[in-house]
Amino acid sequence: MAGGILTLTSSNFDETVKSASTPIIVDFWAEWCGPCKAIAPVLSEIAAEQAGKVTIAKLNVDDHGDIAQRFGVMSIPTLLVFDKGEMKMKMVGAKGKSQLLAEIAEFI
Amino acid sequence: MTNEKIHEVIIIGSGPAGLTAAIYAARANLTPLVIEGEPSSTSDQPGGQLMLTTEVENFPGFPEGVMGPELMLKFREQAARFNATFITEKVTKVDFSQRPFKVWVRDEMYLTRSVIVSTGAQSLMLGLDNEKKYYGHGLSSCATCDGFFFKGQEIVVVGGGDSAIEEALFLTKFATKVTLVVRRNVLRASKIMQARAKNNPKIHIKWNSQVTELFGDTKLTGVGLTDSVTGEKSKLDVTGLFVAIGHRPNTDLFKGVLDMEDNGYLKTKLGSSYTNIAGVFACGDVQDHTYRQAVTAAGSGCMAAIDCERWLESQH
Repeated sequence: MAGGILTLTSSNFDETVKSASTPIIVDFWAEWCGPCKAIAPVLSEIAAEQAGKVTIAKLNVDDHGDIAQRFGVMSIPTLLVFDKGEMKMKMVGAKGKSQLLAEIAEFI
Repeated sequence: MTNEKIHEVIIIGSGPAGLTAAIYAARANLTPLVIEGEPSSTSDQPGGQLMLTTEVENFPGFPEGVMGPELMLKFREQAARFNATFITEKVTKVDFSQRPFKVWVRDEMYLTRSVIVSTGAQSLMLGLDNEKKYYGHGLSSCATCDGFFFKGQEIVVVGGGDSAIEEALFLTKFATKVTLVVRRNVLRASKIMQARAKNNPKIHIKWNSQVTELFGDTKLTGVGLTDSVTGEKSKLDVTGLFVAIGHRPNTDLFKGVLDMEDNGYLKTKLGSSYTNIAGVFACGDVQDHTYRQAVTAAGSGCMAAIDCERWLESQH
């Protein structure tokens, strides 16, 4: 799915994160969260521009709260970066594109 | 990189003030460029403080109320309809020492004949040493984003104004108990909000108190309170902390450039939007520490656009 955004659920989360061929950034979000909506276009752009280097995925905390709870997500948007199935980084709060790219630079 | 084009007006910030200025400037054929800011979980973001609120009940024209983010989207659409253009980034530097003025977004420079400053204000945090550690782990700057994670838990809201009570009321949807920590023995909030807080069985008000300590290993587990009259200390076991104790203006960009009050708010000439630099205008919360309402911000944004249009005309 080059350039697209994956949708993660409680049932496909572990498998997807483990088998991803690139580092994967998971966006924990919900419909009612304004800042989550604000970063959605930023993530779409990054997904398109960095296709093949990094994978972007979304997880709705309303529907899949168990995953959010497992990673101690208490504030959204939270972005978790996984590499080879391992959680490497946790970023809390919305950010602009340039700041976000700078923070994930080591994974690209 | 320098863009050769000289804009008529650049508007910095995109809350009710900036977007109203954009609507008026656009309708005056000034084709304003709005540098609207970038996504953030604080109120320093495109759309401003209303982006973190839920129901807005006091904006005229919406008898049933309107959601804050929806209202700001409508403001923005209205400005775009008249050909305002937008850059979704933050201004990083300004040079108002000569005309045309220079405005930078990172290494991109824009030239403009005039500037409207509407960068607003952002929420103050408590200023405690270990505060950062708990951000995203119990301490939140956005009740509407994070209230959901406190279902069935006990939490604290700090503050006695309308924003604090709005947050407390919203959080009662999730929390079993919301303790409102108020520094004085009165609430600053409007009478209608005070009554709602006092009538809500889940809200408990702790008067004359300040949060002075935060406890917890990896997550917040409690807060320490100090009685502001007796100095007595106590502890409250809570998993969530929301802070609404006031605002500071987003004026760091203009230090040493524009005249400011001691508290950092921009100074404008009484009854107008003129700053100390001809061609630079200010509107909204960045220059208003008295009213701070969406509707007053919008009104002052209109003033700034009209002042700016007349000033530009006088330069020809």
